[in-house]
Amino acid sequence: MGRVKKNKYKKLMIHNWRLYVLMLPALIWLIIFAYYPMYGLLISFKDYKGSLGILGSPWATPIWKHFSAFFSTSIAKNVIVNTVVLSILTILFSFPIPIIFALLLNQIQGKRKRKLVQTISYAPYFVSNVVVVSIMNVICAPSGFVNTIIQQFIGRPLLLMSSAEYFRTMYIVSNIWQTMGFSAIVYIAALTGISPEYHEAAIMDGATKFQRILHVDIPLIMPTIIIMLILALGNIMTVGYEKVYLMQAGTNTQVSEIISTYVYKVGLQNAQYSFATAVGFFNALVNFVILVIANQITKKTSDISIF
Amino acid sequence: MKKAKSRNDKIFDLINTLIMIVVCVFIAYPLYYVLMASFTDPAIVNSGKLLLYPEKLFAAGYQKIISYKPLWTGFLNTILYTVTGTMVAIAVTVPCAYALSRKDLAGRRLLNFLFTFTMFFNGGIIPLYLVINKLGIYNTIFAMILPTAVSVYNLIVSRSFFDSTISDDLVEAAKLDGASDFGIFFKIVMPISKTIIAVMVLFYATSIWNSFMNALMFMGEQDKMPLQVILRNIVLSNQASSVLSGGADMIERQKLAEQLKYGVIVVSTLPLLVVYPFVQKYFTKGVMVGAVKG
Repeated sequence: MGRVKKNKYKKLMIHNWRLYVLMLPALIWLIIFAYYPMYGLLISFKDYKGSLGILGSPWATPIWKHFSAFFSTSIAKNVIVNTVVLSILTILFSFPIPIIFALLLNQIQGKRKRKLVQTISYAPYFVSNVVVVSIMNVICAPSGFVNTIIQQFIGRPLLLMSSAEYFRTMYIVSNIWQTMGFSAIVYIAALTGISPEYHEAAIMDGATKFQRILHVDIPLIMPTIIIMLILALGNIMTVGYEKVYLMQAGTNTQVSEIISTYVYKVGLQNAQYSFATAVGFFNALVNFVILVIANQITKKTSDISIF
Repeated sequence: MKKAKSRNDKIFDLINTLIMIVVCVFIAYPLYYVLMASFTDPAIVNSGKLLLYPEKLFAAGYQKIISYKPLWTGFLNTILYTVTGTMVAIAVTVPCAYALSRKDLAGRRLLNFLFTFTMFFNGGIIPLYLVINKLGIYNTIFAMILPTAVSVYNLIVSRSFFDSTISDDLVEAAKLDGASDFGIFFKIVMPISKTIIAVMVLFYATSIWNSFMNALMFMGEQDKMPLQVILRNIVLSNQASSVLSGGADMIERQKLAEQLKYGVIVVSTLPLLVVYPFVQKYFTKGVMVGAVKG
């Protein structure tokens, strides 16, 4: 039977060769820009020298030299903690808020009103990180309007953009501003897919709107929520480093230096390729393990998984 | 059958409406404020006043912006990278997405896996940087348009689109008429897939227009830098004063430097926000197609 299947396979491949031609540019891209760099991870176990290439460079002695070098630096604990804290805060706030927003928006009567709010809500998605941080810098400056409002409550302006104390808050608030509308689209789509019968039945039972959100809407969009949660967990260690890098000021690095910005600095600015690759590799591995665990857990408990 | 709204629901609706208004203000006001501030006398802006319209109209900042060459070089670079980068990305992504959507593609599962896997695990920036160097495309336009030629997320969105719109019967019928897979793709599939092309143009163009880190890593020369890098230099690295060489006295210069910041933010964001209302319907469509299958 195996042989029959194999032959059928071969026949299909030959018969459909043109499909592979259509894929060819993307496959070449995949090899050069996705898998070859994975092979390049090898240099984290070597003392990479550009002139010798990846294979030619000598192995590091001991082989985990760059990893242990990273863990023995005083900055290692700091950047790992910063990354984890920022990730957890992102999941804690940027994940549920779009769901709540979608549930509430869904209850607004009038299609045009809903559409208007939704359109406004995802406009920031088109605004680049550079612009977002630039806007934050001008409106949250000590003389900006945000501080005028703050001053009315506490009597003094806050150094929102330069002080380490507010870095995480600013990161999360701006993150919500950027992604709330975009992330909500998926849930709004799921909500519009709910058959009106469920709601009609609930109304007959005398359920209020709030009860219907809790007992009809949320259970019915749960599969979407779980899939999005797994995906969010899969990116937990890849905090948007572009924005973090842009938000860094000399005065806040103790909380704003995360693994990826650190990799960029030691790797590309100081050209310590092997060391930086080792740090990046560690980050990617942890990230991947979390994704697999999250996927396994939800697979067991709810039968929903991404692979 | 329709019952009068219960008291609970009325309270709910009221609070809900208020929340929606707050959300809209929270999202729209910062953008609106920057636009207003760019036309307002910097003395008023610096007093931290909330603006609803430009006060004491002041547009000297824009005059300086227009005559500041690096900004326009950046603008042209960004347009060049965005247009070529988007065309390359579409040409690479869409045919591949179609092939992957065909159920009679041998090795379909494996190929899909190979693409999807890279979404969750990748070599990271240093190995990618070394690849760019090895290919000899560092500091060339190729470093700006090739690494972004495939976004696996976009690939999956397009594949889902083809999965749901191109039926097997259609392909079979075309084959019986003697069409090859090329013919099917270019003459039958493409003409009925304008929506997904529009969605892809939108997704890719936005991400290339907005990208910053790639330029920082893969480009060396200042006059090849895209707009985002120039913008960062002016607003975040405080090089605004360098825009204002000579002329005016200190106070006047400081005033201008402040206003310049608002002006350059507006100039660099406007193109996207002007197009936005016209393309946003494709935007939601794209996200929803992608949501059908993870």
